Amino acid sequence: MVTVNLDKPPGRKALHGVSPGATAAVSNGKAFSQLTIWLLAIRDQRDRAAFGALFDHLAPRLKGFVMRSGASSALAEEIVQDVMLTIWRKASQFDPHKAQASAWIYQIARNRHIDIVRKEHRPVPDELSADPGLEPDASQILGLEQEAEQLKLAIQQLQPDQKEMIEKAYIGQLTHQEISSQTGLPLGTVKSRIRLGLGRLRKELKGLR
Amino acid sequence: MPAITHHIPDAMIAAYAAGSLPHAFAMVVASHLSYCRDCQAALGAHQSAGGALLEAAHSEELSPGMKASVMAILDKPPTPEPVYDAKGIYPGPVMQALKGGAPRWRTLGMGVKQNILYEGDGGSARLLYIPAGQAVPDHTHNGLELTLVLQGSFSDETGRFGVGDVEIGDEDLEHTPVADAGDPCICLAATDAPLRFSALMPRLLQPLFRI
Ligand SMILES: [Zn+2]
Repeated sequence: MVTVNLDKPPGRKALHGVSPGATAAVSNGKAFSQLTIWLLAIRDQRDRAAFGALFDHLAPRLKGFVMRSGASSALAEEIVQDVMLTIWRKASQFDPHKAQASAWIYQIARNRHIDIVRKEHRPVPDELSADPGLEPDASQILGLEQEAEQLKLAIQQLQPDQKEMIEKAYIGQLTHQEISSQTGLPLGTVKSRIRLGLGRLRKELKGLR
Repeated sequence: MPAITHHIPDAMIAAYAAGSLPHAFAMVVASHLSYCRDCQAALGAHQSAGGALLEAAHSEELSPGMKASVMAILDKPPTPEPVYDAKGIYPGPVMQALKGGAPRWRTLGMGVKQNILYEGDGGSARLLYIPAGQAVPDHTHNGLELTLVLQGSFSDETGRFGVGDVEIGDEDLEHTPVADAGDPCICLAATDAPLRFSALMPRLLQPLFRI
């Protein structure tokens, strides 16, 4: 029996109020992804073994992901190291009611990449208070986990060229113009492929929300 | 929370998530997101997609010793970073650009004032202060411009913009925003090209005022 503390972590002071927390226990963390379980162990127990396991799973993928944006192996490792340290340090901000573990890590990875390469702090939005009609509970977490699974399937089903375009869009390979000049595809084709791919992903998302 | 009717387009939120927006635009998007639950939900959807792509990424082998060196410095205290919270009418991303201080207004004439927050290769961002009833002189855009209302409201040919609303202008939009009655209108405006205030002052003077 793994007890998972689902209290909302303290966030940045927002323009509008604060939200209540909730506590729940989930048997063996069933239906929670492995990433989520590791992150919660890091957040709540400062569990170094969980961090080690997360590192083994995530760091090589992160390096591959960052290199897809054109970074050298050395720069990618600098970014991966920074992202992994940030995960450890900012774990208290991880809230599985709000974002999947992979989504939370994705945003950290993009932010750190930009901060390191551009040497300027990326502006980050204030946290909004929780939706008053939405009491945080475990079903939100499970809904998000389910969405992540569906997205993974949707990505597997994309045509290779669609997947490549979407990857470039989400890896921050800048503008449509730049995508076009890198792939040698005419701009119109690039745009329509991104739209096709995104539309497909969005359809998957819609079915879940 | 203000009722917001003018949002950030979805593709721009995706670009913000990916980090491919120029810094000045990212300031406006992050500021709008500080007011807007709908756009935060859209951002969440794009982060989910990004997360799924990250999980599906091809692994690259790490240099030996990398893990050990990260584990060794886990508890090393990080260099403290200043955190800028929302203050008054200014959301956190604007306070960050103001480095926690108050705006330092420079007058542009006709009661209109500005405070340049950022200037770089990818564009510039400024706060604009427009007294009630005062027109922001007609300007044509040479590129893309985002204008987010932080206080008061303005109206132009395309509609009314209140706190939290964003107007998106491009080459095709020739408009004359006028601050509505009430509090002075304060906006965060970002552009990827120098603005041309055609009626406010001769073009020759523009470099002087950096408009
Ligand atoms: Zn919005």
